[in-house]
Amino acid sequence: MSESKLTTDKKSDVKKIEDQGILKGLEQLTPEKIESVINQVINDETGARLKVYVDTCVHCGMCSKGCHFFLSLNDPKFSPAGKVKQTLWEILRKKGKVSPEFIKDAATVAYTQCNLCKRCAMYCPFGLDVAYVMSVMRRICHKLGVVPLYIQDTAHSHSATMNQMWVKDDEWVDTLMWQEEEAQEAIENLRIPLDKEGADIFYSVIGPEPKFRAQLIFQAAVIMNAANENWTMPSMPGWDNSDMCMFTGDYEMMERLKRRHFESALNLRAKRIVMGECGHAFRSVYDVGNRALGWKMPPIEVVHAIEYYNELFEQNKIKIKKKFDRPVTLHDPCNIVRGRGLHEMARNIVKATCSEFIEMTPNREHNYCCSAGGGVINCGPPFKNARVESGKAKAKQLFAAKAKGAEVVIAPCHNCHGGLEDIIHHYGVDMELKFFGDIIYEILELPES
Amino acid sequence: MNHYDKWDWDIGKKEVADLGKWRDKFQYIEELRVSHDGEKVAAIVKNEDMEFTVCVQSQVNEPETWENSYDKVWNLKFGPDDRLSALVSDTGEWTVSTDDETWENGYDFIWNMKFNSNGNIAVSAQKELSYSVVNNDTPWQNEFSRLTDMVISPDGEKTAAVVESVPVLESEIFKFRQGCYSIAVNGETWDKNFMNVWNPYFSDDSNHIAASVRTSYYDYYIAVNGKTWDKSFSSVWEPRFSPSLTLNGTNSNTYSITAPVKKGGKWFLAKDGEIFWERPYFQLWQHLYSPDGKKIAAIVAPEFGKWTIALDNTPWDITFSDYLSDPLFSPDGNKFACIFKDNGKWGVAIDGKAWDCLFDMAWQPTFSNDGSHLAVKFKKDGFYYIALNGNIVDEKYDDLANPIFSSDNSSILLKGLQGSSYNRKVIKI
Repeated sequence: MSESKLTTDKKSDVKKIEDQGILKGLEQLTPEKIESVINQVINDETGARLKVYVDTCVHCGMCSKGCHFFLSLNDPKFSPAGKVKQTLWEILRKKGKVSPEFIKDAATVAYTQCNLCKRCAMYCPFGLDVAYVMSVMRRICHKLGVVPLYIQDTAHSHSATMNQMWVKDDEWVDTLMWQEEEAQEAIENLRIPLDKEGADIFYSVIGPEPKFRAQLIFQAAVIMNAANENWTMPSMPGWDNSDMCMFTGDYEMMERLKRRHFESALNLRAKRIVMGECGHAFRSVYDVGNRALGWKMPPIEVVHAIEYYNELFEQNKIKIKKKFDRPVTLHDPCNIVRGRGLHEMARNIVKATCSEFIEMTPNREHNYCCSAGGGVINCGPPFKNARVESGKAKAKQLFAAKAKGAEVVIAPCHNCHGGLEDIIHHYGVDMELKFFGDIIYEILELPES
Repeated sequence: MNHYDKWDWDIGKKEVADLGKWRDKFQYIEELRVSHDGEKVAAIVKNEDMEFTVCVQSQVNEPETWENSYDKVWNLKFGPDDRLSALVSDTGEWTVSTDDETWENGYDFIWNMKFNSNGNIAVSAQKELSYSVVNNDTPWQNEFSRLTDMVISPDGEKTAAVVESVPVLESEIFKFRQGCYSIAVNGETWDKNFMNVWNPYFSDDSNHIAASVRTSYYDYYIAVNGKTWDKSFSSVWEPRFSPSLTLNGTNSNTYSITAPVKKGGKWFLAKDGEIFWERPYFQLWQHLYSPDGKKIAAIVAPEFGKWTIALDNTPWDITFSDYLSDPLFSPDGNKFACIFKDNGKWGVAIDGKAWDCLFDMAWQPTFSNDGSHLAVKFKKDGFYYIALNGNIVDEKYDDLANPIFSSDNSSILLKGLQGSSYNRKVIKI
């Protein structure tokens, strides 16, 4: 175990990062196209919100301490205001007359140096939302075709398959059947009911679950069966609640994805959607995607796994054999804490399942981002080192929790898992990561056959 | 006379199956399916050897399982002709079984079983990681690296699907942008590829197929038989053929296509590439034609968060906050209904007015032949009911199928589970 990397790390030179999605995208640009796209987005797609944000900012820099990039790298260009200066301010000042080289740097800032976590909005005296400004920059880059290759590829997968991971229609059903068989080892005659009409729960997951983390579907099936739920999963596209198109700026595809997801559940006449432990998908289903389609709220009740697990314990729907006996700490994911206020419910679950809980500091809505969210981890290997360096503040926070005795980090979000995994490995934090589902499954008292 | 007239329309109730006997016999029973005429119920069960099979029962028979049993059975459905089909797998090979008779050909996986109105069956299939469609046990000659969104034509002779016409690897984002997807009809692809293709849809005469496509991130079109409209839009939803032209036109090559299109951040209905409904909406989708093709209706949001029906571009005055679905014209085209969700409760709206009764859930409504009656299955406080013209009729059920009107509009057929009895009941209106 060592904290030496916290002091010895050198900053990656982002100027030297070569991403083929950005570089080849630039080759297709002309100054005229750049100006035309920028002005179309600014004039047709933004309004008072952007103008207020840009006009109100007094450049005080109070937002700096709200950003884990700034806290980790201690460089003003990584402050939220600094990022706006490198992107939208310059674009507005020049009325869209910016160079391809500018777009290259702006794309790098918008896609890889801001997690859209909205922590800075709490530190701005006016509550300005820099995540929105970065999203406008991403929208411009999407329309210019200058998007990091890896996240562009996931957006393409969404468009062709309606899921993030190029999972084919047959692979999805086959995976569910495989996980059903596996789970029958734990509960005889357990089912993952496909396309069941009128179920109380339509359970949806993100693309990486069938692709890389199929055991989470298995665990969810065991928990649903132990709780005797009337539940279902769809056999056809629409099962994936995730949304990288929201993060690339491809809002037309975001709308298509969300419509398919909602209609999958509603056509089956499900009472509500219960989502797995994912943060960004919740943001898309509960806030951004539904509103883009015209709904003030989702057309069907949407429940994050934290709300669902909390309900299981509050209503005594499941029993546990004994509490998880290793000391745990809890990472508060931005999209479900700052975005939905589920932090106390998460602590209720910890209390119900774990014998020793150690808070990391800061916590709840002030928690530091994992540095992976907002699509940043999805920009892939070219940006990995820079991303992990921006997680130095998080690493310090984890070391502090560890010093108080925490051995396990609970992170109820897939992207947070990915980001924290890299931080834990890179800085030698040596803590174990778990989802709530892992812990509940481990201590669950299984029903008799 | 339609095939409904051959059914038993005598007023009264009869027990089709006693599920108690099933529970004595099987320790594993999946969801019940009921035939359209209500004379048979079926379910996937496990037999004594703990293998999957299908149990079927009619009023005159004891519950009987299929002779064949399998490692897996799923997607059990009664087709429009009331034959019972399922996707079955034995030692890893999948095929279709209809009334316990399997197809000759087997595949590594099959899914998305579709019927045409005559009961023809098509499935999407994968064999050795190549993808095709199988129509009544006949696979396409051509295979593809990806295939999705399969549809069967109204006459059952054709199947179509979105296919990866140019194999593209993950991370080949610039090749993807050049266009690697198309529509294959009976295995033959359109001669043009697109960045994306969605929503293939056959004309009523089965001669044409339309789809939504995009050729770049911001150029969305409707394509018909492989040819795009002249104008692009910033997004489009699923297209529909005008039935009046495809059915009544003397030249089957004369057709008209409509689709919701997005322009300047608002949605419009376009026809053959031109804006047809000039009024802009915050949202517009699921448009449909009256049976005679003379009227068009659509689900619209005239403003953010407010949903209603627009009939020939005139929105109803009433709006709903949560959701609208299952829009339908009466057979004579003079009435229009849908279900809605408003402030968390479901209901039925007809010709711009909502029924007084609200439900926990509602299913697709159905009109009588003359359009004088509207019935809907709904759920309230854990039980299922039928509402007719805004009033609850008959008893409560533990499970219930959608109601069917007799062709003379005098009776309704109800099929549902009450306790352990699966009952078939005809009631006089």
